[in-house]
Amino acid sequence: MTEYEGVIGLEVHAELLTESKMFCGCRVVDSVEEDPNRAVCPVCLGMPGMLPVLNRRAVEYAMRVALALNCTIHPHNIFARKNYFYPDLPKAYQISQYELPLATGGWLEIEPELGVVRRIGVRRVHMEEDTGKLTHTENGGSLVDYNRSGVPLLEIVSEPDLHSAEEAYVYATKLRQILRYLDVNSGDLEKGVLRVEPNISIRPKGTDQLNTRTEVKNLNSFRILFLATEYELERQANVLDNGGEIVQETRGWNEADKRTFSQRIKEDAHDYRYFPEPDLPPLHIDDAWIERVRAELPELPDAKIARYRNDWGLSRYDAELLADEKVTAEWFEAAVAAGGEPKAIANLLLNNLFKLMNESGQSLDEIDVSPEGLVALTELVEQQTINNNIAKSVLVEMFETGDSAETIVRAKGLAQVSDSDAILAAVQAAIDQNPAQVQQYLDGKDKLMGFFVGQVMRAMKGKANPGVVNQLVEQELDALK
Amino acid sequence: MELTRQQVEQIAHLARLDLSAEEITLYQNQLSAILDAADRLTELDLDGVLPTARAVPMQNVMRPDRVEPSLPLEDVLYNTDHQASDQFVIQAILDD
Repeated sequence: MTEYEGVIGLEVHAELLTESKMFCGCRVVDSVEEDPNRAVCPVCLGMPGMLPVLNRRAVEYAMRVALALNCTIHPHNIFARKNYFYPDLPKAYQISQYELPLATGGWLEIEPELGVVRRIGVRRVHMEEDTGKLTHTENGGSLVDYNRSGVPLLEIVSEPDLHSAEEAYVYATKLRQILRYLDVNSGDLEKGVLRVEPNISIRPKGTDQLNTRTEVKNLNSFRILFLATEYELERQANVLDNGGEIVQETRGWNEADKRTFSQRIKEDAHDYRYFPEPDLPPLHIDDAWIERVRAELPELPDAKIARYRNDWGLSRYDAELLADEKVTAEWFEAAVAAGGEPKAIANLLLNNLFKLMNESGQSLDEIDVSPEGLVALTELVEQQTINNNIAKSVLVEMFETGDSAETIVRAKGLAQVSDSDAILAAVQAAIDQNPAQVQQYLDGKDKLMGFFVGQVMRAMKGKANPGVVNQLVEQELDALK
Repeated sequence: MELTRQQVEQIAHLARLDLSAEEITLYQNQLSAILDAADRLTELDLDGVLPTARAVPMQNVMRPDRVEPSLPLEDVLYNTDHQASDQFVIQAILDD
């Protein structure tokens, strides 16, 4: 049996988070929430005589993405009409880019397994407009809502450099993360603002053939992208192993059966009869404009992860969690900027605050604990006013009441006791009250040291300085030897 | 450049035009003549000339990202007799 490898390219469509549409002033609305046909005008309805005018911010958002994906942005852009008949497209053509796209020749690095970095080519990034939405009805007709018609859309096409469903998944996830970092797309696949379509073929492993490919559409989660890609790779291998031939076609995903199915024979590219859009003059992007957009790019996750590890000594795992969402990274960095020690902040944020947020279903921008407030808490630990365990319960209190760490510590009398006399008294009481354990300790059961420490901490309601307790317990027990 | 009859039929199909045999012959001749006219451009020396999409020297016409009023729903649906749930109703699309 031949061993195959996948040859997979991803075509990603991302709506851009502008206020208004690509070529008209209609609002960009949530196509799931908004009532149908409330944000449409003659331009996005394709009325005769309308004139599209390009949205400058949409161009800048597209440039952000192109630069973040290491593409070359071309100075000379023209728009093209992509002609086809389908009712989601009232003009009977989509304004897109064809021969002269915004940007080409980029790449995105992924790490599908630890230590294996793969650079995936980004063939092109081009601007276009989204189409309307069809809802098929039971009696065979369809309803058309044009709210989405004309929403700025970016097409991001990878080279067929991905070899497995896992790699396709990692690439798509990372691309989504970058789009969210750039504030150009919410990444919500279920609402269709981000759509991922794999082109899939297979070849005998080790060869560089490019064989007939299929395209899978309408995958509304990354999990389904993974499953559909995996299924399709296996299906193609079975077809070839049984002497069959792969047909170039578009396939859909059947969630109930967990399999892809043939939708239609793919039309060849020239069937779209692209030609330059006469309604839009060329777009010239000069270096100054590119540099202005580049200067406004946020620091991206890979750079953050490297900085957290190298400059602040965080573990890879923690650094990745912190950089996963921009809102988390910014919160964390605000805490460090406020004087927090990075590791202490990372620990409380990832281990304790995230747990509280999960339980309450809140996000970082909804909670009452501020980065500065968390820093104040870690400072109380650093100054040995409270110990780590008390700090965790103070954080719970801060989360629930919004009070400051200091207020809570003072009001509840949680300040740590480092006073040796008070602790010594508790140590002696613990020794007096547990003669049996003392005897076992003296007989060589060293582990019982922890028992006495526990007794003292309990007696002092957890507020004793653990260092002092350890030292005094050891001292007093050894004195009995 | 002579277009074949099949090419004309294919173009007609893509444009959803139902042409008679005579019309196909007519458009075959006309379209071929248009291509021949365009083909004369290849006689020119176009080295160093950017692909040109339009003759008017104009570029970078853009609008700020500002929301303008959309049409009232009754105007949106004014031109159709087929509507339901504030949407256009169309016949099922059959892929061919």
